[in-house]
Amino acid sequence: MMKNRSAAAPFAVWMLLFTIVPLGVVVWFAFTDAAGHFTLDNIAAIQGHLGTLAYSIALGALATVICLFLAYPLAYSISRKTERVQQTMVMIIMLPMWMNFLLRTYAWMTLLENNGLINRFLGLFGIGPLGMINTNGAVVLGMVYNFLPFMVLPLYSVMTKIDSRIIEAAQDLGSNGWQIFRRVVLPLSMPGIVSGITMVFVPAVSTFVITKLLGGSKTQMIGDTIETMFIGQAANYNVGAALSLVLMVLILLCMAFMGMVDKDEEGGLVV
Amino acid sequence: MEKEIIKLKDIAVSFDGEPVLSGLNLSIRDGEFVTLLGPSGCGKTTTLRIIGGFVTPDHGDVFFDGKRMNDLPAYRRPVNTIFQRYALFPHLNVYENVAFGMRVQKKSREEIKKTVGEMLALVNLKGFEKRGVNTLSGGQQQRVAIARALANNPKVLLLDEPLAALDLKLRKDMQVELKNIQKSLGITFIYVTHDQEEALSMSDTVVVMDGGQIQQIGTPQDIYNEPENAFVADFIGESNILDGIMHEDYLVEFFGRKFPCLDAGFGPKEPVDVVIRPEDIDIVSPEKGHLTGTVTSVTFKGVHFETIVDFKGFKWMIQTTDYYEVGRQIGIVLNPEDIHIMKKSAYSGMFGDYSSYSEEFDELADPEADLVQESVDEENI
Ligand SMILES: Nc1ncnc2c1ncn2[C@@H]1O[C@H](COP(=O)(O)OP(=O)(O)OP(=O)(O)O)[C@@H](O)[C@H]1O
Ligand SMILES: [Mg+2]
Repeated sequence: MMKNRSAAAPFAVWMLLFTIVPLGVVVWFAFTDAAGHFTLDNIAAIQGHLGTLAYSIALGALATVICLFLAYPLAYSISRKTERVQQTMVMIIMLPMWMNFLLRTYAWMTLLENNGLINRFLGLFGIGPLGMINTNGAVVLGMVYNFLPFMVLPLYSVMTKIDSRIIEAAQDLGSNGWQIFRRVVLPLSMPGIVSGITMVFVPAVSTFVITKLLGGSKTQMIGDTIETMFIGQAANYNVGAALSLVLMVLILLCMAFMGMVDKDEEGGLVV
Repeated sequence: MEKEIIKLKDIAVSFDGEPVLSGLNLSIRDGEFVTLLGPSGCGKTTTLRIIGGFVTPDHGDVFFDGKRMNDLPAYRRPVNTIFQRYALFPHLNVYENVAFGMRVQKKSREEIKKTVGEMLALVNLKGFEKRGVNTLSGGQQQRVAIARALANNPKVLLLDEPLAALDLKLRKDMQVELKNIQKSLGITFIYVTHDQEEALSMSDTVVVMDGGQIQQIGTPQDIYNEPENAFVADFIGESNILDGIMHEDYLVEFFGRKFPCLDAGFGPKEPVDVVIRPEDIDIVSPEKGHLTGTVTSVTFKGVHFETIVDFKGFKWMIQTTDYYEVGRQIGIVLNPEDIHIMKKSAYSGMFGDYSSYSEEFDELADPEADLVQESVDEENI
């Protein structure tokens, strides 16, 4: 017992410093006014931002779904390759992640701008210029591009554990390609789907850099709103904290829901 | 029973340029229990995978019921496989594992329920329906794999070393169970093993393989009593294999002495391999023997003593229920039925001499504990 307790000590310190204290500060700000008195006004003020919140969730969800559909076949085909090919392919997927996040997003800006690379290229054929920058599409594109690896990696890591003999067994028992997918690969990759969705949806919902750079002034997500609450003239730490808190609760609810889906799937097609 | 159900014709396969099977011809009758027997890496699994549809041969044809099925994908073949490591579905419980094939075929709920019940009863797993397969013991998982394959009502069942992971006792029990299942359902079994005892006791037909080629096909008795070459003689049971010369029909010479035998049809003075099984040799006093030699080592094996005897520098293994101590001079008598003649082959001279025989080596090959009595190499004294 003694041994266990001392081994847990670093975690306790870590949790206190980086989880409990910051969370306490956020909660404190969310439920007090500028003078430090208890109030529910900040929570009530969220009503004015419900539209932005819903909009963020919609864009985040869209980006997550696109990531899932792109990443799933990609991860599956990687997982069926030989080990060395797998390593190389994963490396290539990871490579852009090692480049600065801002740089990557700026790069998309210069590509999508009205006199950006794509439009100039299209211009050669007399097409355009297309208004691509400062649209919802550009924001979703930015999210998908930046967060795709977070979907691929968890999917890949569960799929690579699916023994190819199990797939052969399913074939042996009469399953065609679709049935193998539905009855074996999909249920076995469910944990990867759940963690992939969580890992993409959470940063996508709360992003503000991508909206700022690719969405222009028209699009504003909850991340941008929260940002304005902490810097600039309209700064209001208390409302900002309340918004962050609500966003966090929403994300926790989503994750709890996904966790339930996962459990259901693992129980399988019980009679 | 006599109808041919599967035929492999002139099959050749290579992986990465390495030939794995070549010139493989095999015909299997409906309802037969066929065993592929051979050392590790000889191509048994590959042969099974060709029948199952998981490996496409580079050359040759696979027939099922007289129809060529080279291009039929695995999921449409009327065969089911019990894989070398079971390959149960980890996300499904026992019931759903067994029901898998029927669910794919969209069988009715009632039919599935009935069949799964029957199958689980057959393999003695009633009451395990709701258990996750990862919570089962090896033997139980094995039986789920059997039930899962049988629930599809296959015409042919392919079994790839299904009992290799089980302990000796369980393996023996399962051998009996499998044989009973095969008999009562009348299914063709193609069974892979590298355990010769298992092959001999269960099969109607044994196919001995080595180096990607079939060495001999025959009944267990044929394979044991009439091995076709030195490899088969050595791989199945123990054998003393000597160089001999066939003088005429029914007369062979070895160790400078002529012996009457039961084999015929060789050319005059044709060099041959002579096989003498250790259990067929009768020990007598030196003066009464056809040959005399000196005991160099004795190992107690339970039912018999494994006695190594030096005859003019060539060491034989003799299995005897009597104890002859090391250093003792003995004589042996060879009756015509104890002598089996084989044509010379690529394997001649590679097997059947117990000069390099050592106890440690034997223990590696034989998991059952030996009681080593004494081991003295006479030449070293
Ligand atoms: N997919 C593959 N790629 C490359 N080589 C392979 C492949 N499958 C089998 N081999 C090779 O083919 C040979 C025969 O393999 P196979 O699995 O048929 O042997 P086996 O008789 O079943 O052996 P064991 O008793 O060890 O299971 C081996 O040398 C093996 O390394
Ligand atoms: Mg094998």
